[in-house]
Amino acid sequence: MEEALGVHRLHFAFTVTFHYIFPQLTMGLALLLVYLKTKALRTGNEHYNRAARFWARIFGINFALGVVTGIPMEFQFGTNWAAFSKTAGGVIGQTLAMEGVFSFFLESSFLGLFLFGEKKLGRMGHWWAGFLVWLGSWFSGYFIVATDAWMQHPVGYRVGANGVIELASFWALLLNKWTLWQYAHTMLGAVQTGCFVMAGVGAFYLLTRRDEVYGRTFVKGGVLVGAIAALLQLFPTGDMQGKLIAENQPVTLAAMEGLFETQKGAPLAILGQPDVEKRKLDNPLVVPSMLSFLTYKKWSANVRGLDAFSQDTWPDRIALLYYSYHVMVGLGTIFIAVMVVAAFLYWRGKLYESRWMLWIVMLCVPLPYIANTAGWMTAELGRQPWLIYGLMRTANGASPRVSAGNALFTLIGFMGMYAILAILWLFLVYREIELGPEPEEDLRHEKKIAIAAD
Amino acid sequence: MGTIWFCLVAIMIVMYVLLDGFDLGAGAIHLVVAKTDEERRQVLASIGPVWDGNEVWLVAAGGTLYFAFPALYASGFSGFYLPLMIVLWLLILRGASIEFRNHIKSAVWDPLWDFLFCASSLLLAVFYGAALANVVRGVPLDASGYFFEPLWTNFRLGEKTGILDWYTILIGVLALLALVMHGGLWVQMKTRSKVSERAGKFSGRAWWGVVALTAIVTAVSFRVQPQIKENFTAWPWGFVFPLLAVAGAAGVQFELRRKDERKAFFASCAYLAGMLTSVVFGVYPMVLPARNPVYSLTVNGAKAGDYGLKVGAIWWTIGIILAASYFTFVYRSFSGKVDVKADSHGHQH
Repeated sequence: MEEALGVHRLHFAFTVTFHYIFPQLTMGLALLLVYLKTKALRTGNEHYNRAARFWARIFGINFALGVVTGIPMEFQFGTNWAAFSKTAGGVIGQTLAMEGVFSFFLESSFLGLFLFGEKKLGRMGHWWAGFLVWLGSWFSGYFIVATDAWMQHPVGYRVGANGVIELASFWALLLNKWTLWQYAHTMLGAVQTGCFVMAGVGAFYLLTRRDEVYGRTFVKGGVLVGAIAALLQLFPTGDMQGKLIAENQPVTLAAMEGLFETQKGAPLAILGQPDVEKRKLDNPLVVPSMLSFLTYKKWSANVRGLDAFSQDTWPDRIALLYYSYHVMVGLGTIFIAVMVVAAFLYWRGKLYESRWMLWIVMLCVPLPYIANTAGWMTAELGRQPWLIYGLMRTANGASPRVSAGNALFTLIGFMGMYAILAILWLFLVYREIELGPEPEEDLRHEKKIAIAAD
Repeated sequence: MGTIWFCLVAIMIVMYVLLDGFDLGAGAIHLVVAKTDEERRQVLASIGPVWDGNEVWLVAAGGTLYFAFPALYASGFSGFYLPLMIVLWLLILRGASIEFRNHIKSAVWDPLWDFLFCASSLLLAVFYGAALANVVRGVPLDASGYFFEPLWTNFRLGEKTGILDWYTILIGVLALLALVMHGGLWVQMKTRSKVSERAGKFSGRAWWGVVALTAIVTAVSFRVQPQIKENFTAWPWGFVFPLLAVAGAAGVQFELRRKDERKAFFASCAYLAGMLTSVVFGVYPMVLPARNPVYSLTVNGAKAGDYGLKVGAIWWTIGIILAASYFTFVYRSFSGKVDVKADSHGHQH
């Protein structure tokens, strides 16, 4: 059983981590596509429509990969986590089913129209198609976060006679306060991925002195939206998430921060390696009393460390949880610095000529992916050892009849298949970037003249 | 409440088979009916804007099954672990083939994805048929409410069943032929000239197989699953379902001869809907029959709490009305035959 449990956990962790590479970009990019289509509509400049068509192609590749890697997520609740599904399916099935019915139908129908129907729909119709794709993808995010938030902070349920968890209040489930903050935080993370990718491609064009008109549009859109998102990511959404964890999952907070001992004026660890056996932080670089202040707005507040909790309620991967959290926060801080400085340069009219800044923006492209992944790892490792916080332990949730051998077989299968998909994804997306957007009309005209002259 | 949700989930599954069925079928005959690149682009363009939306019916039906019958979702999905994982891999390969093919034009790129698209569509049709047959035949559930079926054992209908035995393979082949017919009729309706002609002819040939196998499978199923006979005896109005299937099958041949492409496709829809609803009607009130009938999962044994089901009925109705309106709009926008040159599917440089 022990071995099977480990494989089932890795199975879900691996497939969901790979899956989330795609939605984080498409959810962010959907917003930026609406931005480009709105610009096109308001300025009447065809340039923005061509820019939107370029990003729609990249969106399409990522969306398709998001769909095909997303179906396994829904299935795995039944295939690998049958005991959990039997117990809690009546509650979390609600939000998962709502995602299918309310967002996927909307998203997929209008994406087909957005990608294939620009001529048929006309200017206004095409704007609406883009808007509805954005709406669908953000609804989808809401229902998924609502599902996860219920596992983090179960509300609106009752436990039936046979141990089955039943829904008791639909609105409590849907408007869980945990959901609202986690959703805002998650979507801002996705927006940052979209912004860094758009700005990064723009910076690549400017640095290589090609498609520079587009390069400027992409850098500007990515940086301005990205700067706002980076700031909101920290405050209020990140801050509120921290408070909710401090209030409802204090043992998780202690593990995330690497705080082994309860203390007044607890320090905030910036760097250091947790040694769980000896219960201390090696090579610590700390800001004194900062953790107390951030958590309780009081420098001398008492913060409970891991020693305040019985060991069987500790998250079971403390070191990994600590690193995930620190990577997320560290990168989030870097994003604020990069985006704010870039936005400042834009305001001073120097951004497109500041090659050092464009280099930084371009090289940052992989980082939001890492930060989003680290953020989800923090949430999910932090919830351990619970599958549903305080209600059901992870150890009791896996499918009782699916052996470690069978689960490992399919895990390896997914790893192989996803390795191929990852290569194809990088290849096709790079190819789209290399091909670039359609040439601007005046350039096309010049080319024609050149050909005629030959 | 349980019976209502039993019917609603059944409706969603029927919708999934009718819609994704035609693009699966189109995939299965892709290599045969379309020879040149231009012809293959026609087939892909006929499903390009809609296949993804069609597949959403699977996701939505899965989600609905999950919250309405959690115990069924748990025991069925973990019991069918291996075939479901294979279905997932095939769905991934298939989605990738459709989306990636037109990004590059090359003598090694296109044929590879065409082959994978065809093979994955074909195998999916067989697996879906076999999965349905497993439900009809019953699975080795025990007192724990769980089971785990290997892919095959001795191919017989004993106590220790596998996913594949002679009965489930038979239905797998029927499913393939039925979807080939269905997909062929779709392609005939949506494409021009040679592709359309070949697809129509191919459907006409598949029709004979469909009719022959339907007769055999029906006769055998009454013996394999005694509940079917009981239900049809107890509620004779249920014969409308098999009658719908018979009328649909007859309609396909009739309309093919009259060369009415649209009506032939809709007749095929009627056939598929009739077959599926007959099965659903036949196994009720079981949602997952067991080889040992004592352990069968029933509607009442598997359903979620009543409050959740009632709330669900409200949002589900709203959601499905919305979904139906999007689908109507999308299919109207892409109505008529596809035109590969004017179509912006993919892009070539």
